[in-house]
This record gives sequence, C-alpha cells and structure tokens, in this order.
Amino acid sequence: MDWGSLDLELIAMQLFSGVALGAVFVMLALGLSIIFGMLGIVNFAHGNVFMVGAYAGVFVMERTGSFWAALLLGPLLVGALGLLVERFLIRPLAGRPPDDALLLTFGLGYVLVEGVRILFGSDGLPFATPEELSGVADLGVGFFPIYRIFVIGVVALVLVTLWVGLERTKLGLIVRAGARDPEILRVLGVDIEHLWLWVFGLGIALAALGGVLAAPMRSVNPEMGNVVLGEAFAVTVIGGMGSLLGSVVAGLLVGIVVSMTALLAPEMASIAMFAFMALVLLIRPQGLFGKPGFGV
Amino acid sequence: MGQGTLSRRTLVAGMAVAGALGGIGRARPAGAAETIRIGFPTPVTGPFGAEAKDQVRSAELAIKQFNDAGGLDGRIAELLVRDDKLNPGEAATRTLELIEKDRAHFIVGALSSAVQLSVNEITRSRKVLYVSISQSDTINEAKDFSRTTFHEALNPHMTTAAVAKHTFKKGVKVAYLVADYAYGHEMLRGFKRAAAAIGAETAGEILHPFGAADYSTFMPRLRSMRPDILCICNFGRDQANSIKQANDFGLKKVARIVVPVLLHNQRLAAGPDAFEGVVGASNYYWRLEDTVPSAKAFNDAFRAAYGGAVPTDYGAYGYAAVRSLLMALKAAGSTDTGKVVDALETLKYDVAKGPEHYRACDHQAVQSVLVIEAKRKSEMASEADLFKILEVEPGSEAALRSCDELGHRA
Amino acid sequence: MQPLDQTVLATAPPVPRRSALAEGALSRWRAPLSILALLSLPFLLPSQALAVNVLIYGLYAVGYNLLYGYTGLLSFGHAAFFGTGAYVTGIAIGTYGLQPLAAMGLAVAAAGVLALAIGAVSIRSRGIYFAMVTLALAQLVYYAALQASGWTGGENGLRGFTVARMGFGPVAFDILNPLTKYFVVLAFVGAALMMISRILASPFGAVIEAIRENETRARACGIDVERTKLLAFVLSGLFCGLAGALFAIHLSIVPLDSLAYHTSGMAVVMTLVGGAGTFFGPFVGALAVLVLEDALSLWTPHWQLALGTVFILFVLFLPRGLWGSALTRLAALRGGP
Repeated sequence: MDWGSLDLELIAMQLFSGVALGAVFVMLALGLSIIFGMLGIVNFAHGNVFMVGAYAGVFVMERTGSFWAALLLGPLLVGALGLLVERFLIRPLAGRPPDDALLLTFGLGYVLVEGVRILFGSDGLPFATPEELSGVADLGVGFFPIYRIFVIGVVALVLVTLWVGLERTKLGLIVRAGARDPEILRVLGVDIEHLWLWVFGLGIALAALGGVLAAPMRSVNPEMGNVVLGEAFAVTVIGGMGSLLGSVVAGLLVGIVVSMTALLAPEMASIAMFAFMALVLLIRPQGLFGKPGFGV
Repeated sequence: MGQGTLSRRTLVAGMAVAGALGGIGRARPAGAAETIRIGFPTPVTGPFGAEAKDQVRSAELAIKQFNDAGGLDGRIAELLVRDDKLNPGEAATRTLELIEKDRAHFIVGALSSAVQLSVNEITRSRKVLYVSISQSDTINEAKDFSRTTFHEALNPHMTTAAVAKHTFKKGVKVAYLVADYAYGHEMLRGFKRAAAAIGAETAGEILHPFGAADYSTFMPRLRSMRPDILCICNFGRDQANSIKQANDFGLKKVARIVVPVLLHNQRLAAGPDAFEGVVGASNYYWRLEDTVPSAKAFNDAFRAAYGGAVPTDYGAYGYAAVRSLLMALKAAGSTDTGKVVDALETLKYDVAKGPEHYRACDHQAVQSVLVIEAKRKSEMASEADLFKILEVEPGSEAALRSCDELGHRA
Repeated sequence: MQPLDQTVLATAPPVPRRSALAEGALSRWRAPLSILALLSLPFLLPSQALAVNVLIYGLYAVGYNLLYGYTGLLSFGHAAFFGTGAYVTGIAIGTYGLQPLAAMGLAVAAAGVLALAIGAVSIRSRGIYFAMVTLALAQLVYYAALQASGWTGGENGLRGFTVARMGFGPVAFDILNPLTKYFVVLAFVGAALMMISRILASPFGAVIEAIRENETRARACGIDVERTKLLAFVLSGLFCGLAGALFAIHLSIVPLDSLAYHTSGMAVVMTLVGGAGTFFGPFVGALAVLVLEDALSLWTPHWQLALGTVFILFVLFLPRGLWGSALTRLAALRGGP
C-alpha cells in the first residue's frame, strides 16, 4: 500500500462512495427488516426477490421503453406476487415455529431463480443506464456517476415516505403496535391477517425496488440475489432485526466500512462486512437498535 | 436468443438419452461393439450455463461426426453429460460416478479452474484420460500434471501475453483490477510479465473479492492512478460488472480497458454499450471462418445441426477436445488409455482454428490466440457480430511457460 | 421449536404399555438399526459415490442435529467445522505425510477446538442472532482459508493427498474400490452413531432437551445452561469435523465450498427435511436431498425448480420432516386411541 498517495480528496470520494453503497444496503435491509419486525419471519428468498425485481424492471422496460415505468411498475408487479406468496404459502404457517417459514422461503428462493432461468434464460440480460441519468457529476473532490447519486435520492425518498407512513398515520400506528404485540391488536378487533398481508407485500416490493435500482449498476442475472442476501442479513442484524432506524444506520455504516476497507486493504473488502458484524454482535448481541433479549 | 428454448430442449433430450444409454452400456458385456463412453462434467446450471450449453452442443457435434464416419471400426461413441453445478465437490462425485458406475473410458469437460483440478485429481489417481477445456495455469504445472492429463483450453499466460503484446507500449501506465483468487493472480502475473518485457509501467494494482457485485468503492482510487490502460483481470460476471461500473465512473473516457479473455455469451448478456471498445483475447470467434478453412467447416456443421446458430469460444473448446480425442482413438485403434495417450501426444490436428498439438511435457494444447475488440452497437452487422479480430497470434511453444519453469523434468 | 417425537416418547404415560415398550426398544436399538439400514445403501442407490456422500452428509446432519434438533440452537455456521475437518485431514496427509487415521484424529480435534472458540462467543446470543453470529464467524473462517492459499490451495481447492489404501493396524483396505470405501466410511459413521446414541441416552441428553423445551425452567432447576450449550456445541462440531474428514478422504480434494455458507445451509435443510430432533431423521434428509438432486439433475437442467417446490411442499404438509412424520404416525398407530 502506497500511503503517500492517500490524499484528502480521495478519502472524501471514498466516504461518498461508501454512503452511495450504503444507500443500496439500506434499500436491501428495509424490506427484510419490515417483514421480520411485523411477521417474525426471516425471508430467505429476499435476495432472490431483489433479483426478480430487476427482471421485472427489464420486462417493463422492454415493453414501455421507459425506465420510470420500470421503476414504478416493477416493484408493484413483484409486490403483487408477494401478496400471493403471503396468502397461499406464508399464512398457512401461522402458529408454526418460525423455522418453518425460513425453510419455506429458502425453497421459494430456488423456485424464483429457476423460474427466471426458464423465462429469461440463464445468461443474464443487459440493462442500460437511462439516458437522462447517465454520465458523471463533478463533486469537487472527484467524479461520481449521476445515476448513483439518483439512487441515494430515491432511497431517501422511500425512507421519508415510510417514516411519515409509520409515524404520522393511523395505519402506521397499528403496524407499529402489531410489531410489538399482535395478540392485543387482535383483541382490539384489528384484522391482523389483513395487515400482515400488506406488510409482507410492502417488504417484497421494497426488495424488488432495490433490484430495479441496482439493474443499471450491476449485470442482471439469475444469481444476482445470492451475494445480496448475505449483505442484507448482515446489515439487518447489525442494525437490529426489525428496527427500521437500525437498518438505515447500519446500512450507511456498513457502506462506509466496506468502502474504507476497499481503499486501505481492498482484498479484505468482503470480509470486512462480516468482521464488523461479528464485532457489533459481540458487544451488543441484539444489534445496534434491536430490543435486548429478543430472539426467535 | 431465439434458439434458446430449442437448444435447451435438445440438451435435455441429449442428457436423458445419454443417461438411458449409460444404463444400457453398463448392462452390455465388454466386447468389440462396446460403445465408447466419454464422460462430460460441465456446469449446465449456474452462471456459466450458456457456455456449458455450447460446450455440450459442440461436443455432441464432434461425436456425431465421428459416428457418421463409422466410429472406431464400427464402435460408436457417446457423450455422458453430467451437471457439475460449477462446484468442485459435485464435480468430483460426478466424475467418480462416471468412472465407477457408467464405466466411462475418457473424461472431457469442466468450466472453472477449481472444478477442472478436482476432476483431474479423480482421473489421475484412477489413470483415466482427462481432457480439460477450462482455462488455468495451474493444471500445466508438474504438481497437478499426470500422464493422463491434457489441457485443450488456453491458459492465462497465453491470453495475457497476446493482449499485452497488442495493447501495451513502452512507457504506458497500466492499472490492474484483479479478482483475488488463483485465476485472477495468474492473469495478473501474465500481464506483469509481459509489461516488464515491453517496458510498460504499473500505475497500481487493486485486488477485489472474487464474486463481488459492486466495484464502485474501487473506482475513485483506480481513477486517481491516472492510468493509460485499465487492465481488468477477472472473469464472467465479475468482468461484466466491473467493466460496466468502470464505464459508469467515466474511466473508459480516460483509459483503455483491456481484459485477458472476452466471452461471447457474457458480452451478449451485458450488452454492447458496456463492452464497446474493450480489448481481450479469445480462443475462438466465429468470424475466424473468413481466413481459416477449418473454422468455416466447424461453423457450417454447427449451423446445420443447431438451426443456424454460430459456435462460441467454449463451444470450440468442447469441439476441439472431443475431436482430438476421437482422432487419437482412431490413430491408436483402441480405447486403451496408454495407447490413446501416446497417440494424443503425437497428434497434429486442425479442427476449428488452424493447426494445434499437445506439448509433450505438460500436454498443453499449442494453439493460436485471437486478440479481439468488442464492437460498438452501430458497427454490428448482425446479432452475432460482436467482435473485431485485431490479431491472430499463431500457436507456438515459445508462447508457453517453459517445461522447466513448470517443474517438468526433461 | 417443533414438537418432536422424542418428547412424545418422553411424555408417554408411566405405565409401560406394549407400544411404549416397542418404542423403547426402537429407541434403545436405534444406532444398530440405523447401521443395519445403511448397510444396504450402496446396493439401492444409483451409484456408490452417491451412497458415500449420503453417509458423509448424513453424519454431518446428525452432528448438526445434536445442536439444532436436540439443544434447540439454530446455527448457520457449521460449514466451519465440516470444512476444517476436511482441510486438516488433507493438509496433514498431503503436506505432513501423516497416516490417514492420525490425520483424521487431528482433524476432529481441530474441529473441536474451533467449535469451542466459535461456541464460546456465539452462545451469548439467541435465536436469529445466534444464527447470524455463527454465520459471520464461519464466513471469517472461509475467508481465512481463501487467503491462506499456501496451505489450502485457495479457490482452486486442496489437492495432492489421494488416499488409495486405508490402514487399520495390520489390515489395510483399497479405498479406490468404491464398495470397500463405502464400508470403511460406514465403519466411522457407525461408530459415531453409536456414540451419539449413547450421548443422547445419557443424563446430558436429557439436559439439552430440557434446555430446548424451556431454557428458563432448566436454569431454575440448577442446570448450568451456558456450559451445557457450549458442550453440545463442541460435540456437534466434533462430529461435523469427522464428517468433513471423511469427505476429504472420499473425494481426495477439499473444495473451498466445503467452508461456504451453502454447506452450512445443507446441514439445516437436510435436518429439517428428515426431521429435526429425531435420531435417524437427518440421515433420511441427507438421503432424500442428495438422491433427489442426483435424479433430477439427470433429467432436467431445471432441477432446482423441482427441489425448491419439494421444500415448500414439505414445510406446508410434512413439517416434522420425513422421518419425524413417519415416527409420529407410528406412535399414533400403536399408542393412539
């Protein structure tokens, strides 16, 4: 490592890259965390839903020619699929141990990957960066792709929407109460099954949105969800399973940790995330914002 | 890909037939009319499914031509395709099955450095002839070599030397982005060796985790190195992702991107924009038919068999490996491993890309290396018109690492 | 946790009815019966290589089940022990020229030490966090093996330690012969099964099940929960290490994948498909998963679609796994009203 070439501009750029990468991680962790927090389910197909989202984006893009339509309709299509999954596969498991849902979604992951291979082939599909968002922007300290800045914006928008929805609406109040104690809600006459259905659909749609957002940055292929699953888990666990604030903070933190490792010891960049996770959990076994003593 | 469904069905049918025949072959007593069975482990599923499919189709074509020409004194050959799932443990199990249960006479196949080495480990301890069609430097080295080990594919030493010869100049600054695993290190070693001979300078090198999806965190540093050439030493999906992201960061505007190997199917998957102008090596590109008669013959046979499709790089490996093996069989007049090894060692063959032979000390196929450049969209005359051939480096033993260096004693 | 057949047995009425006696016998003879069943495998399965895989992954899943099914700890990092067992065996034979038996002994010990270390830090957390800590630590082992390529061969895998003959004192067996290899591996697996059966029948076995059923109550009864969990973790690691050692001997290579999270997932899947918390269930799971994969991948490149569908159907309709459901049905038939 040539330390002499480490100037402040490079460090600033690296920090910014970390935040941009962190925004993607936040997007990945949100859906996972929402579903876990509300339904108590660890969705092992999360990475593959992300992949299906990217393909849904390609599908809409090919038919409409519009990236914006893909960004909107892709997640809606996959979210609708999520509703079906909840209704016909997850709901029958009510009252069963949480491991069952874990194995079921594990199997679902296989089905999604193979389904995409059958429909779209196994080699992957191209997805060009939309014309109006391509190119690089000069940040003063270096150049950064406009598209990645756009992704940060979209994630921020999603976060604000979620926050307003959860903290400022009656529905949000019910959802938060449901995450804490579903039995009380049931006693109070709330149709909790209905709530679970929509929360699951929302979590799936968020994962799919992550997939559509990632499509112009990464190659779209049936295996693109595999790496993502590990990343989403790491971030969610570091932040505290079920905590949205935790997902946001942990996502950004992990992004910066990975980015700084990439600068200082690049070959350690992928181990960094897991080392960081092990470290956090050793100090705080429930994650940064998790409830203590909380477990399956 | 229009022929996707058709070819997949052919493949499934082929595998089913292969499986059924395998059962029959086992039941039949060993005799003069015994079928010649070639086991073919390859990653039918997974990220290199498209390449594997081409390997299988080309290998099937070679078998069909052999059988149509009368086989080995009437003995016909068959291909036993097995899915190795791109996993060395799975490949080892499948190879054991092919040898122990299906009584395969020979093994050809694999599509990853680790998988071919594991297959080779099984075959060499059981003295079964194996022709690898996956790229690696390691399999040439004395430690993994055996008398029954053959390597039809190119290796990183050959591809990087050809690419460097064509793109590096004295004094140019080269930055390397390298996948952190054996194959990545082999590619880096090859490029740096060539750079030293040419007089190119190293602007810096960054190792990235194998299989990474996001390369954005490496880009600011690569850019700060101000290279003339960005040399991306990785493969498959890693390559497509890193080239795409280097593009997004505007690196292609300031540096020329070169890679050791450009793959036909990966270029199709990533689209023309990402790869436009990228230079790399290949063992085969179908437009070789303009200058090489055997390439024309191979392409025509392939087109006729598979609805007009053209063969790809890994397809050519599968074809050349099986064809050369079957030619050696005929020369040896038997399926006896020792005799076929002797015949392969002295065989000169030209089946798809000009003259080739296996070098005596390490059984590496001495063959030409193509240096190709990905075309921009507007230059493409058809869907399959992906690359320009910049150079054809003729095959020569001088282009390989010396037998001495590999640890082979004379 | 799932309601498990062992619990069904444990809570049977105190009056020894005929059925309870029969089940008691089944339980007492479970290890010999299992070994007897395994003797027939190489003649029933499509290939002997596959049969050896079933033995190895079966033992791996049985070892895993000790922790998951019986103690109730869902680990996602058991590849670390399987892979360590495999790597230490290969390195000890290939690099240091040890005899296979000595190498395997060393490998099992190494897996045990690693399990002690990983267990000590991970048992502090619970539920999904426990799963994630074990996953993270196993990933660290994976990357360590990837980086230490001088020892492990890195991504290319470890090679160059083919064992052609396996010696036990004065006798040696040609294990390049697939059938001989099967029975040599079965000797190890059988011995391991006898030991596991003894462990489960001991007071320790009762204690870990008490922890699984209700940790708070177990603690109130004066059980040192942490120490017991740690011991269960180490025992589990030892058997998974043995499975890894046998894997190295079987395939004569150690792929880096043996340490990957996919391999950890295999243990979970096989255990659940067979039936968590049953003695022979994990073996049935290994058999079902491996045979299904083998058969399907010959028929279609889309075998994963069928595999995934089978998992989903299992969870929905056979939640106790193949063996667990069979045992429950058996119990209902014999002892039911």
